[in-house]
Amino acid sequence: MIKPVNQKAWWLVLPVVICVAFSAILPLMTVVNYSVQDIISPERRVFVGTEWFVSVLRDEELHSAMVRQLVYSFAVLAVEVPLGIALALAMPAAGWRASATLVLVALSLLIPWNVVGTIWQIFGRSDIGLLGAALQAIGLEYSYTGNPTHAWLTVLAMDVWHWTPLVALLCYAGLRAIPDAFYQAAQIDGASRLAVFRYIQLPKLRGVLMIAVLLRFMDSFMIYTEPFVLTGGGPGNATTFLSQYLTQKAVGQFDLGPAAAFSLIYFLIILLFCFVLYNWMQRVGTHSTGTAASDAGERGAV
Amino acid sequence: MARIQLDIAHSYRANPRDDADYALLPMRQTFEDGGAYALLGPSGCGKTTMLNIISGLVAPSQGSIRFDQRDVTQLPPQQRNIAQVFQFPVVYDTMTVAQNLAFPLRNRGMDEARARARVGVIAEMLDLSAQLDQRAAGLSADQKQKISLGRGLVREDVGAVLFDEPLTVIDPHLKWQLRRKLKEIHRELRLTLIYVTHDQVEALTFADSVLVMARGRVIQSGSPSELFEQPAHRFVGHFIGSPGMNFIPVNRLKHGGSVSGSGSGSVSSFDDLIPPGAITLGIRPEYLGMGESKPGEPSEMNLLAAKVQRIQDLGSSWLVSAQVESGAEGGSDCLVRLRLARDAAVPALNQVVGLRVFGPHTRFYDAQERLIGRESEGALR
Amino acid sequence: MKGAHWRNVFLTSYLVFALLPIYWMVNMSFRTNEDILSSFSFFPKHFTWANYAVIFTDPAWYSGYINSLIYVAINMVISVTVALPAAYAFSRYRFLGDRHVFFWLLTNRMTPPAIFLLPFFQLYSTVGLMDTHLAVALAHLVFNVPLAVWILEGFMSGIPREIDETAYIDGYTFPRFFLKIFLPLIKAGIGVTAFFCFMFSWVELLLARTLTSVNAKPIVATMTRTVSASGMDWAVLAAAGVLTIVPGAIVIWFVRHYIAKGFAMGRV
Repeated sequence: MIKPVNQKAWWLVLPVVICVAFSAILPLMTVVNYSVQDIISPERRVFVGTEWFVSVLRDEELHSAMVRQLVYSFAVLAVEVPLGIALALAMPAAGWRASATLVLVALSLLIPWNVVGTIWQIFGRSDIGLLGAALQAIGLEYSYTGNPTHAWLTVLAMDVWHWTPLVALLCYAGLRAIPDAFYQAAQIDGASRLAVFRYIQLPKLRGVLMIAVLLRFMDSFMIYTEPFVLTGGGPGNATTFLSQYLTQKAVGQFDLGPAAAFSLIYFLIILLFCFVLYNWMQRVGTHSTGTAASDAGERGAV
Repeated sequence: MARIQLDIAHSYRANPRDDADYALLPMRQTFEDGGAYALLGPSGCGKTTMLNIISGLVAPSQGSIRFDQRDVTQLPPQQRNIAQVFQFPVVYDTMTVAQNLAFPLRNRGMDEARARARVGVIAEMLDLSAQLDQRAAGLSADQKQKISLGRGLVREDVGAVLFDEPLTVIDPHLKWQLRRKLKEIHRELRLTLIYVTHDQVEALTFADSVLVMARGRVIQSGSPSELFEQPAHRFVGHFIGSPGMNFIPVNRLKHGGSVSGSGSGSVSSFDDLIPPGAITLGIRPEYLGMGESKPGEPSEMNLLAAKVQRIQDLGSSWLVSAQVESGAEGGSDCLVRLRLARDAAVPALNQVVGLRVFGPHTRFYDAQERLIGRESEGALR
Repeated sequence: MKGAHWRNVFLTSYLVFALLPIYWMVNMSFRTNEDILSSFSFFPKHFTWANYAVIFTDPAWYSGYINSLIYVAINMVISVTVALPAAYAFSRYRFLGDRHVFFWLLTNRMTPPAIFLLPFFQLYSTVGLMDTHLAVALAHLVFNVPLAVWILEGFMSGIPREIDETAYIDGYTFPRFFLKIFLPLIKAGIGVTAFFCFMFSWVELLLARTLTSVNAKPIVATMTRTVSASGMDWAVLAAAGVLTIVPGAIVIWFVRHYIAKGFAMGRV
């Protein structure tokens, strides 16, 4: 699609900018303010420049938390994206079955995250929980509190259970947006089921897939409540991801300065990863489709 | 090549009871091999349903379809040797133009060399040779429609090509180019072409034979000039032509005023000009003439008085709208339109003129809205 | 058809996987704390309504639901309404700074809410909006508006521009075209956007808890205070969790036709 230049379009965008700027710019500046000061008490503030940033970045534990976080986020993506696509393809397209499936699939998204962690806490216990008891009945040793691998897998399973529907719902809506004529034309062209998926469905899903991947990446990168409630970061620090690490630092030390500095660094790390991912996906998208991805591709090289 | 015979009815409901439940009322229709047909009608008339039944995307709830004597009613589209072009371009974005065109051939297992040759021939025919190695995604809408068409033509066994309002998303100035291209293709390949549209200009310029449809039935089928000159039904008269045919109630003719001779007071009776059973007179704006009154000469007889309401400048002609005078009390409005040549004498607003409604192109319609006195048989439903 | 068979097997398996923990939550909601902590039983042996009774009778609980519903509804409406024209602009036009504004919007979505905590607290205290539904609704705009713009733009870009032009040629004014032709074509996108705005606002805890105290206290905040002297109140928490699902399920039920309806290009 060729897009004409039209500066009046700014009027359409203005409400959005106002809503978000009001919420975003002012608070952000406050944080930046805090991050370069040593706030000993409300009255005594000393400007310390980049001292906090340096000390935070040198932290060894930060590095290991970062690695843990990255592995986790990529694992999450590797499971949830294909599973979500498969689920969207499997869900019925119309009728009461479609409505019922939509509701059932969406349920896990609606539970407050601390409750999610709480449920899985009980769910995973061998003595009183369904999952734990079932695994024990098969004869598998399972303890998410004692065994780091089990803890990891449980947190991962919990995330997959919780968030795959997000990917699935986005892909499902994307599939519904494909006009019937494409399937009809493919039928007349004698295309196989696989060809239909490869040449029609997958290209048309590029737009929503990009949204799904970025959303899941950034949200999993910021994940806090669910693993915290389930494992508390343990055993040891096996499931202590970045945001929990930050909270420990800030709460533990009651220091606004380093906390603010870390918040900014955290934000910048996410920003960097998302920026790279975003542009990479745009580049891949612009090469092939005439739909959302390629038009957004004009916004790609930001 | 395919001669298509339809003997069908179709309802989307499980148990149709009355006419309103049917998308297509029971009908018999034959499309001759190599002919160019248009299915013309307003939204919801059933033309797309008929097209989809021919292509196999929809199975008729009753009846059968034959391609060259072969019963194909139960066959899916890919086994019917048809191609279909849809309302908006269907191209495989991730492939190049050449790959798009070759796709149906590859799916049927044709070998590479033959496929490539075939693609070349069709691309040449459609003026796409220069774009063969470009990604299909980046092309304009009309080029994409040509690719859609090309994918249909590339198969050597295609007997009929079906079009479902294919020019909908094409730029107006490119529409005529595509239409011309379709006619070229038709002349070269002699395939049976069936074209669905609600645009009469497209239908009348494209097809040798037009089927006018409304509410699930074919009202009339024939050549464009037949439809223009001899509309078998009031609907056809109204639908074809821009603007459509004028209809004047017969009792208005009897009671309406007439332009009398100067001072002689003779009022013509139109009764002997009106066939029995006629309820309405129909005359096209192109054939509705205006009587001239030259001073000193007796006026024409049999003119209908009408008051000019509006004059529109259409560039190449004038369009005059006039209200037929009502002699009787409480007569309802009867607005007629006539076309005048550019250089003709244009009446003034509110001027009362005499309209020449009787002539060789005048038609009469009965109470069922059907044409009275049709000589040619056959297409009247 | 074999394909359909495997599809159904897969779908059923996933639904079982999805519903088991939920079933477990329902199970827990009908038992007492002692019962939950002491034994494993697939079906509750000593069935009790007590937990639900607590929620329906204790104002601290049911007011939480009402408060949440209020600010989530406000937020949903504002987010979608404001996002629609902006998404259209991004989809159809190029203008000064468009790519940068778009990415800036995304950065707001990817910001950890913790960053906004203290500044929002100060801001809303100063303006006098503390402990109001409006405060939370406005605060949540930070992440919901970008998300809405993002998703809607994606769906809008899937509609060929020719549709717009054909409509103008046919004589439609922009508002009529937008409401009568364009929006129905992106129904699926609007459906998911509305649902996601609801969902993300409904479950957001940090900002909602910080900006409220008594009047506008949301259900998510009430649900974190289930630890008492006698330990965690699993049972009531489970019951509350079950009830939390209900409004969201209703929302998706309402938008189901939007999401599931095909792109019926129909007779334009």
